[in-house]
Amino acid sequence: MRNHTLAVTVENKPGVLTRVATLFRRRGYNIDSLTVGTTENPGISRMTIVVQGDESVIEQVTKQLYKLVDVIKIVDVTNERAVDRELVLIKVKADNTVRADIVQIVDIFRARIVDIGRSSLIIEATGDSGKIDAIEESLRPFGIVELVRTGKISMVRGTK
Amino acid sequence: MKLKGAEILLQCLKQEGVDTIFGYPGGQILPVYDALYSSDIRHILVRHEQGAAHAADGYARATGKVGVCISTSGPGATNLVTGIATAYMDSIPMVCFTGQVGTSFIGKDAFQEADITGITLPITKHNYLIERTEDVAKIVKEAFYIARTNRPGPVVVDLPKDVMEREIEYEPDREEVNIKGYRVMKGFNTGQVITAVEMIKEARRPVIYAGGGVIASNASAELRELAEKRKIPVTATLMALGCFPSLNYLSLGMLGMHGTRYANYAMGESDLIIAVGVRFDDRVTGKIDGFAPNAKIIHIDIDAAEIGKNVNINVPIVGDVKEVLQAINKRLDEVEGSSEWLTAIDRWKDEFPIRYPASVEGRIMPQEVIERIYQRTQGEAIITTEVGQNQMWTAQFYKFKHPRNFITSGGLGTMGYGFPAAIGAQIACPDKKVIDIAGDGSIQMNIQELGTAVEYKLPVIICILNNQFLGMVRQWQGLFYEKRYSFVDISHQPDFVKLAEAYGAIGIRVKKVEEIDDALNRAFETTDRPVVIDFWVEREADVFPMVPPGAALTNMLGGGLK
Repeated sequence: MRNHTLAVTVENKPGVLTRVATLFRRRGYNIDSLTVGTTENPGISRMTIVVQGDESVIEQVTKQLYKLVDVIKIVDVTNERAVDRELVLIKVKADNTVRADIVQIVDIFRARIVDIGRSSLIIEATGDSGKIDAIEESLRPFGIVELVRTGKISMVRGTK
Repeated sequence: MKLKGAEILLQCLKQEGVDTIFGYPGGQILPVYDALYSSDIRHILVRHEQGAAHAADGYARATGKVGVCISTSGPGATNLVTGIATAYMDSIPMVCFTGQVGTSFIGKDAFQEADITGITLPITKHNYLIERTEDVAKIVKEAFYIARTNRPGPVVVDLPKDVMEREIEYEPDREEVNIKGYRVMKGFNTGQVITAVEMIKEARRPVIYAGGGVIASNASAELRELAEKRKIPVTATLMALGCFPSLNYLSLGMLGMHGTRYANYAMGESDLIIAVGVRFDDRVTGKIDGFAPNAKIIHIDIDAAEIGKNVNINVPIVGDVKEVLQAINKRLDEVEGSSEWLTAIDRWKDEFPIRYPASVEGRIMPQEVIERIYQRTQGEAIITTEVGQNQMWTAQFYKFKHPRNFITSGGLGTMGYGFPAAIGAQIACPDKKVIDIAGDGSIQMNIQELGTAVEYKLPVIICILNNQFLGMVRQWQGLFYEKRYSFVDISHQPDFVKLAEAYGAIGIRVKKVEEIDDALNRAFETTDRPVVIDFWVEREADVFPMVPPGAALTNMLGGGLK
């Protein structure tokens, strides 16, 4: 069992997200993350779905997705040379005694501090999922107040 | 030309070749009914929307055309749901129109508002909510296209009242349907066909396992050619009965939970299963590990998602069953004579025929009623069933000759399906005899459609195998729950003869074997109204043979042993 990343091109219509989500629920597939947004073509949206399962599960997911009339194209980018990015916002406890330490971690990960409160900081980071996991782990000892991740988006490298 | 949305809708239906629709009016669908008032499309008024959905489904199964039903919003639409799910499970082409509150009321919990596109999402091939009158023509065209192409299925089109009322300038367009995410399957992988052909040539114990896809694809002739050319025995699923003549020496009858012993034994011993238009349903395979353990499997289906869904496949061929079978047949020569395999199968047929025990105290055995119906019709009738013992006995004891002559709810197993489906089939085929083989439980689920059948003078014959039990559930309670007959005794029931008469139909009660033929004769002679025959049958007759749930296909209980 491993995570697969599917880049799914769909019609930009109301209800398409429900159709996709309903399919996953109905067939019992596990969504790890799902992001959706518009593309260069306003009529078409792009979903990046990270789903758990072995090859046969992924094959079934793909075939079932293709049966949705609003699904145009599916690419399994798991084994492609692709750029993966995720964005995270982390609100971390930060009094004067630890601020310097946190700033150092932020620098190491090439993340950014986007808000400074009296006793907390909001940190923004982008990167592949591994990097996001790592920064989350590094900040955890300071006390994470709130955390939100966007889920992964992917794009295959080159002209393909 | 200025037309209302509702008028455009009816013009589009005519363009799609729709001659009959089944429906029930209501508040939000009023504009469409107003247009129907002066239309030459035939509208059949049912007595409950579920009846409309099943009738459209029966019409579709009998003809291969797209069935059409229509209801109002809210409860009218939700009453269609069981019928839509039934059609979805059995891949039946249907377009269901539902009324909807005006677009400005949607989402406001208006009177008789129901989110029918949301509700039917997992039980439709696709669905639409039309938001603009300008989109009516395009969406209706797409709906029919999607319903009938590739693997067929039901499509729901939700019609807000204002969209139907509004008048726009309209010219019929002849544009082809073009949906980015939906392409009609063309062709197949020839390499796979060649591999399959080689495997068929080398197989010593091949079996054709035929499913509803053979009927959907109108491929009975091609299937028969393959079977007869290569002397391959054929077993059919419930959905496929009739795609291969039951009396042909190569026919194994139905396989699966209540299949014949010889069909299931053949699957167990086979070295090559040619699976055609099937989905390896659990009622067919039994325990997956014990399914065809000695066989390689060729799977031909138009739906790629069916390949490998339940069972691992050696040679998948995605394509239209008819085209693929033609390609296979073209590459195969005829073989002469018999084989050890056919001899072995004949031995099983001889040793384990489908039979039933004699009755005690002279009561009618339900299986005998079905045998007599077969004798009376000689296989030249459309048979529908309800669900349960009546359905399985029909599958076992009626000898189907032709495709589209057996209409039954296979996947969903919908009680109350058979009678409205028979109405749909009778409307589609006025010259054919249509018989619903029912149980006393199932028939009460849509008995109100007697009103419809009488109004339209439909000579449908309803044969109730009346054992005063919910028989199949009782059978399972007997076999697996120590005969604790929990809420299956329905001996408190109406007098079906009087009930038929109250509706203006003919009612006949049959208590003795000697009366069966007379009753059938009288029913067959009636041409202007439905006939209900209430057969009082042995109360605790069981359907055998049977593969217990969770057991391997060859591990059967009862039945057939001499």
